[in-house]
Amino acid sequence: MTREDAFLQFLLRMGDNTLILGHRVSEWCGHAPVLEEDIALANTALDLIGQTQMWLGLAGEIEGAKSADDLAFLRDAWDFRNVLLVEVPNGDFGRTLMRQFLFDAWHSIMLGRLMTSSDERVAAIAEKASKEVSYHLERSGDTVVGLGDGTEESHARMQEALDYLWPYVGEMFAGDAVDAEMAAAGIAPDPAGLREEYDALVGRVLGEATLTIPESRFAHKGGRDGRMHTEHLGHLLTSMQWLQRAYPGASW
Amino acid sequence: MTRASVKQVWDWLDAVPDPEIPVISVVDLGIVRDIEWDSDTLTVTVTPTYSGCPATSVISWDIETALRNHGIKDIRLQTRISPAWTTDWLSDKGRAKLEEFGIAPPQPAGGPERCPRCGSKAVEKVSQFGSTPCKAHWRCTGCLEPFDYFKCI
Repeated sequence: MTREDAFLQFLLRMGDNTLILGHRVSEWCGHAPVLEEDIALANTALDLIGQTQMWLGLAGEIEGAKSADDLAFLRDAWDFRNVLLVEVPNGDFGRTLMRQFLFDAWHSIMLGRLMTSSDERVAAIAEKASKEVSYHLERSGDTVVGLGDGTEESHARMQEALDYLWPYVGEMFAGDAVDAEMAAAGIAPDPAGLREEYDALVGRVLGEATLTIPESRFAHKGGRDGRMHTEHLGHLLTSMQWLQRAYPGASW
Repeated sequence: MTRASVKQVWDWLDAVPDPEIPVISVVDLGIVRDIEWDSDTLTVTVTPTYSGCPATSVISWDIETALRNHGIKDIRLQTRISPAWTTDWLSDKGRAKLEEFGIAPPQPAGGPERCPRCGSKAVEKVSQFGSTPCKAHWRCTGCLEPFDYFKCI
């Protein structure tokens, strides 16, 4: 694998994570339990889609004469490089916010490291995105604490959400040849090196939320290398891509 | 045709309102970072506020339209993301206009200094998100009115 191939894979991983999560979160628009949460979810989705334009925009340049839209709307499921965590269905409001928290915690640590990337384009995107992710994390963490340490019903639902989502956490830290190449070039950190900080942050918040982290470290994998996505991704793409597939080149 | 001075162009852009918060200009907002002539081409460098803000493309369009209306034909708009936009770049004039309009200006402490309506310091956060990406939703426990707070980033 050349360094350029690895760089492209790295950019797709970053951009596909924010694209797929952004789309998932946008599914809440008009359906959240209260107006403030509806607005908060829509704004979070908007930030993530904005970050996607930067990551996939750069990926398209590297790949050659492709736009962020081409990459978002014209690739098939097996070409996506997002972690499985972000493609799982929203479930209830609690599960959506738990997934957000588990992702935001990783995202904030990752972007912090990328701000000192040897590639200045990567560092610039990370600097911009990290400002937004810091308040995403503050909100998702607060909500996880509020609901976890809430009523008997909300506590039970948050524990159920954590039990369901925890097996998807490990994939964010599983490195491969792409990561080794990026780390050697000083472009991105080895994902395994983020785990300690992640466990400390997540452990503190989930403790405050009176929730119990499952003991098993089993991890579902196959998203970030595209080997095997869940069956949910294809369904998401049919909804997200149908307009460009049915009316190629349509714009307004 | 003689070229307009850079100072003149800054003044023109200071008359272009932000599409979402029209009481302040795009210059007040601090997103116009650089204006430069390169022979007959005018380059305007813009730094977006929030990466997904839908107003960004409207702002670029408005800047271009304003400059064309002032007779500039050859315009190049370029986006610069680093250094990232910060609310520190809001002008003092912009901050005063925001408050007058009913939007509490950003504070390094992370919350509004006072209610923009009654001036009470008894305020509380309702939500980190408001009507646009740049605003949070707060409430005054003095006059009981809700208000927008321009997030400090």
